[in-house]
Amino acid sequence: MKAQETVQSAKGSGSPPIPAKSKTKWGRIRSDVARDKYLYMLALPGLIFFIIFKYIPITNLVIAFQEYSPYFGVFGSPWVGFEHFARFFSNDDFWMLLRNTLAISFLSLIFFFPAPIILALMLNEVRSSFYKRTIQSLVYIPHFLSWVLIYGLTYLMFSQSEGLFNKWLVTMDWGTVDILSNPNYFWGMLTAQSIWKEVGWGTIIFLAAIAGVDPQLYEAAVMDGAGRRRRIWHITLPAMRNVILILLILRLGTIMDTGFEQIYLMMNAPVTNVAEVFDTYVYRVGIRQGEFSYSTAIGLFKSIVGVILVVSANRLARRYGQESLY
Amino acid sequence: MHQKGWKTGLFGFVNNGLLLIIGLATIFPIYYTVILSFTDPVEYYQRSLILWPRDWTLDAYKHLLSNGLFVTSISISVFLATVGTMLSLLVTGGMAYAVSRKRLRFRKAIMIMVLITFLFTPGLVPLYLVVRNVGLIDSVWSLILPSLTSAWYVLLMKGFFDSIPDSLEEAAMIDGSNDIGVFWRIILPLSLPALVAFGLFFAVGYWNTYFNALMFINDQKMWPLQVLLQNMLVDPTTMGSGSGGGFAFQVNRPVPTETLKMAAVVIATVPIMLVYPFLQKHFAKGAMVGSVKE
Repeated sequence: MKAQETVQSAKGSGSPPIPAKSKTKWGRIRSDVARDKYLYMLALPGLIFFIIFKYIPITNLVIAFQEYSPYFGVFGSPWVGFEHFARFFSNDDFWMLLRNTLAISFLSLIFFFPAPIILALMLNEVRSSFYKRTIQSLVYIPHFLSWVLIYGLTYLMFSQSEGLFNKWLVTMDWGTVDILSNPNYFWGMLTAQSIWKEVGWGTIIFLAAIAGVDPQLYEAAVMDGAGRRRRIWHITLPAMRNVILILLILRLGTIMDTGFEQIYLMMNAPVTNVAEVFDTYVYRVGIRQGEFSYSTAIGLFKSIVGVILVVSANRLARRYGQESLY
Repeated sequence: MHQKGWKTGLFGFVNNGLLLIIGLATIFPIYYTVILSFTDPVEYYQRSLILWPRDWTLDAYKHLLSNGLFVTSISISVFLATVGTMLSLLVTGGMAYAVSRKRLRFRKAIMIMVLITFLFTPGLVPLYLVVRNVGLIDSVWSLILPSLTSAWYVLLMKGFFDSIPDSLEEAAMIDGSNDIGVFWRIILPLSLPALVAFGLFFAVGYWNTYFNALMFINDQKMWPLQVLLQNMLVDPTTMGSGSGGGFAFQVNRPVPTETLKMAAVVIATVPIMLVYPFLQKHFAKGAMVGSVKE
């Protein structure tokens, strides 16, 4: 209302206000909103969801700078500035978390990232489409299994007392190996698990890129006498290059995200020192031990680093890829 | 020329062989779990390596399904996968449809608001505080409401609704329907295949709910299957010491705990395997949309 008046008075005080036909900006907006009120009602549950479960948590971040107590609430608790951050960065745990996170992420980058590319290339070379589809149907399955199930399967395959692998070692008279609670194997085992779960699913995007290649290119290459290796190297891989690059850059943007469930489930006392990452630490210290403010500060630190990484990764991707990300 | 053909043949053979090994390595743990869950206890103790049981039994399943807590956890997970999925579809669909209509004022603002949550996530504790302050701790709704939708799903569904022409709804509007009527009677039935695809993904997500339950549910009687399963896997005998009581699997059992564990894993896997063929039909497309904009 107020805006309407100011717009009108600015137009010149002498002439009378022009009625209905040419409404002001705000008037038009209001009538548009009234016209679409049912559309807004459709969007409303979603909006409420985003406000309550995505935006209010953001405002709750202020407790990272407070000594939060449930009695005083989020805005009434005493302020302590950067005390929690200082405490965290001077804590040895910080370096342990950083080391574990980076180690797990880099192992995943080196072994997990290329795995679906290789598998996609292998699948692409299969002549029989029935055989190809059968293998695909098999390797996609684990993507849909929960980490709890995968933990269960891992346990039933590799546990020292009951695992099939160790039972087999025993029948061969080779003794048993403790795989699941050995700090030396922990990172490798996580990487292997991730590959087992996601390698098949990961091929979809690369197979799609390969499917976009004009078959004439292959025919021409065969005419020119190019062997299989050269065809892969000069036709298939370049066709995948953009996708690989973009996924790689995006992956770099999420280095801090090692995934909570997998690590939390596989963690046990002997491997805690190599297994604890930011998310599991925040869960243990924050929700289990109730140090809300301290763990919120850690979470905030992780989120900020995450945003910086993702934004810079996107910049990079935009520079290299012709395709934009969102 | 001859040599080349021979080399190609060898390559194909080796490649197919390696793929077979990969395929078997994927399916074998699941196979092993299934057959062991049906293995007779006596045989389980006597033979060390069992790849095919001589005596089959349903004991482990009977034992599990006669356990109150286990059955409760299944019904909670089923509730999540049905009611949760319906709500997720409605909330995501309504919002995505609204912002896909170009005439809507503030649609850009709403999309930006949605997309920001994509980029910045405040972490576990701030969300935990919200759920606690709303009074959802130990309620089954804590496993549905905070994960109703995500920026990702809204974006994907909006992409789908974008392709529905305005002329369609205009025709319905002339017949006197409002936007909600159009959405309910025309848009949703039209998008059924897409809704099924999204619904399957929501359902798998709800069935696999673990982390949220870990945070929000302390009461054993409210545990979804995944949490109960995890506790069983860690230690099937000492459970029941908590407030919920009564998860006492007999230790002097007719059924070894290992077969029980496997049967529980199988029960949790079965629904996934049942919907898997439908998932497979839909996901290739979904995964592509999800990764690169065309």
